[in-house]
Amino acid sequence: MYRYDSFDREFVRSRVAQFRQQVERRIDGSLTEEEFKPLRLMNGLYLQLHAYMLRVAIPYGTLDSRQMRQLAHIAERWDKGYGHFTTRQNIQFNWPRLKDVPDILDALADVEMHAIQTSGNCVRNITADHFAGAAADEIADPRPTAELLRQWSTDHPEFAFLPRKFKIAVSGSPVDRAVTRAHDIGLRMIRNGVGETGYEVSIGGGLGRTPVIGSVVRDFLPVADLLPYVESILQVYNAIGRRDNIYKARIKITVREHGIDAFRERVEQRFRIQHKAFTSAHQALLKRISAMFAAPAFIEAPTGAFDAALARDPVFRSFVDTNLHPHRNPQYAIVTISLKAHGATPGDATAEQMRVIADLAERYGHDEIRISHEQNCILPHVHKRDVPAVHAALREADLATSNVGLASDIIACPGMDYCNLATARSIPIAQDIATRMKERGDERQVGDLKIKISGCINACGHHHVGHIGILGLDRAGVENYQITLGGDGTETAALGERVGPGFAADDVVPAVERLIDTYLVLRSDEDEAFLATYRRVGMQPFKAALYPDTVLAAGR
Amino acid sequence: MARAFRPCILTANDLIDGEVVYLAPDGAWTRRPVDARLFEDEGEANRSLAAAEAQEDAIVGPYLAAAAPGGHLGPEPVHIREVLRATGPSNYCHGKQAGS
Repeated sequence: MYRYDSFDREFVRSRVAQFRQQVERRIDGSLTEEEFKPLRLMNGLYLQLHAYMLRVAIPYGTLDSRQMRQLAHIAERWDKGYGHFTTRQNIQFNWPRLKDVPDILDALADVEMHAIQTSGNCVRNITADHFAGAAADEIADPRPTAELLRQWSTDHPEFAFLPRKFKIAVSGSPVDRAVTRAHDIGLRMIRNGVGETGYEVSIGGGLGRTPVIGSVVRDFLPVADLLPYVESILQVYNAIGRRDNIYKARIKITVREHGIDAFRERVEQRFRIQHKAFTSAHQALLKRISAMFAAPAFIEAPTGAFDAALARDPVFRSFVDTNLHPHRNPQYAIVTISLKAHGATPGDATAEQMRVIADLAERYGHDEIRISHEQNCILPHVHKRDVPAVHAALREADLATSNVGLASDIIACPGMDYCNLATARSIPIAQDIATRMKERGDERQVGDLKIKISGCINACGHHHVGHIGILGLDRAGVENYQITLGGDGTETAALGERVGPGFAADDVVPAVERLIDTYLVLRSDEDEAFLATYRRVGMQPFKAALYPDTVLAAGR
Repeated sequence: MARAFRPCILTANDLIDGEVVYLAPDGAWTRRPVDARLFEDEGEANRSLAAAEAQEDAIVGPYLAAAAPGGHLGPEPVHIREVLRATGPSNYCHGKQAGS
């Protein structure tokens, strides 16, 4: 994985020193809150409902054991002993004290991490496929691209004050696990007709109050053109993006108002200039970065222990069924560690659990860890002979929940339990649904089902792309939840469609159950997943299940 | 039409640890809503808010939040958001409620 050079080290340390002074000046009264707020946000420090919150970037979701242990140390020393992994491959600490934050940032810098550009109207943490560098279906590892973009966008003076925040995601596989079409720029690595690797570039995707699936602005962008092209997009957006209305400032609105063809023309025009301005230095840098992402030295060993455990142990078999994904090396597996124990807070990990994950990565996983936007943790390179031992260790740490991709593997934003912007709670709804699914005992029979919950229209819980999406709103001071169906965050991206009027908090679980029961009746066979059934039969039967009285009345 | 004034408490976050605080009758900042001053007069509430906005050395983001008298225990926040701020996150016991 990428290692800081002297420039990175000095830059991050100098930002910590700068912020330390800013904190001191805020505490001694030299800075007002109005002056201090943009400075703290530039360093990932928010003030939420109960306390400050520090959002730390995990670039493209990649960590090693040393970094994970440091996150555990930070959680224990300066927070309440846990961290919350987010839908943008960040980790949030919910309870730091202002005066401790510079020390936390120094501790992060010790392990080549930071919180820079995790807030503000700038290019945010670059996200990537969480199976990067490991998936059997991958064309190329997206992380060198993401790292190049990270370096290019970090402290980029031209893009420090964009009209609004800007999110970029990169996928190296035809299977889009990075939700690229819901990003301001989505990059999907593809091969052209002659086998060259490049990117399909989409722009103007995003969720929030105006959800939009991104439009393809370039079918095939050669790798060598990446930075000048992305810079051209940013320049066009920076020039014509709206600054008069915060709700119309994202690039998706700019693209909609100008039209994708006109926007593309501006980008291509700009690109013809930018292309000449860029030397080959960025390609040399990409080459150097790529070398750091070389695959680990995979071991050759028999996989008999895996096969034996599979035949012998039904609990292990369940774990393998849901939490393992095919690896590029057939002797290996990608192991997803669910941070969604039934009834627990999605995405939370205790310091102790972080250390268990770090130990397993070091011992069995070539020292590599990934964090997914789905708020789970991944050991991307585990030899199959070691999977039984990994599973046993996870069971001891309450980390072996076998539910990845199932109904209880719910994305949920922090919601009103923590977030200043939220209009309703998300986490308790997720807890209740997951608990109920465990009681029902049929989530394996239900199969692939992505439930995503947001506590406000900003949609951090990605509800628009949930097969079942749940949006929490405030209706006259009472939490109320709208349900959408048919959303999809993958390469067949689609926005969910709202079914009807919202539900009181206590009615959400029964509503979700009615949707699941309806699906079980309607599906053509056990292999037809919820989303496929929905696409085949449409909204009506699900609507009838949720609002029987209304639908019956309309039919009379 | 202007909204009718409702009894309220004055709340903010502590500058150093970010914890939720409330203005008490003696002018100090308390961490317990039941110890907060309940404003039943709009003018007094607004004057206290203006004074709080000048206390940047101690608190951040003061505002008035609707509250009910709450009997002998003292004021109780009305809106769910303020109930959560007063008690801590509801997913499990680890906020203010863990210390009480």
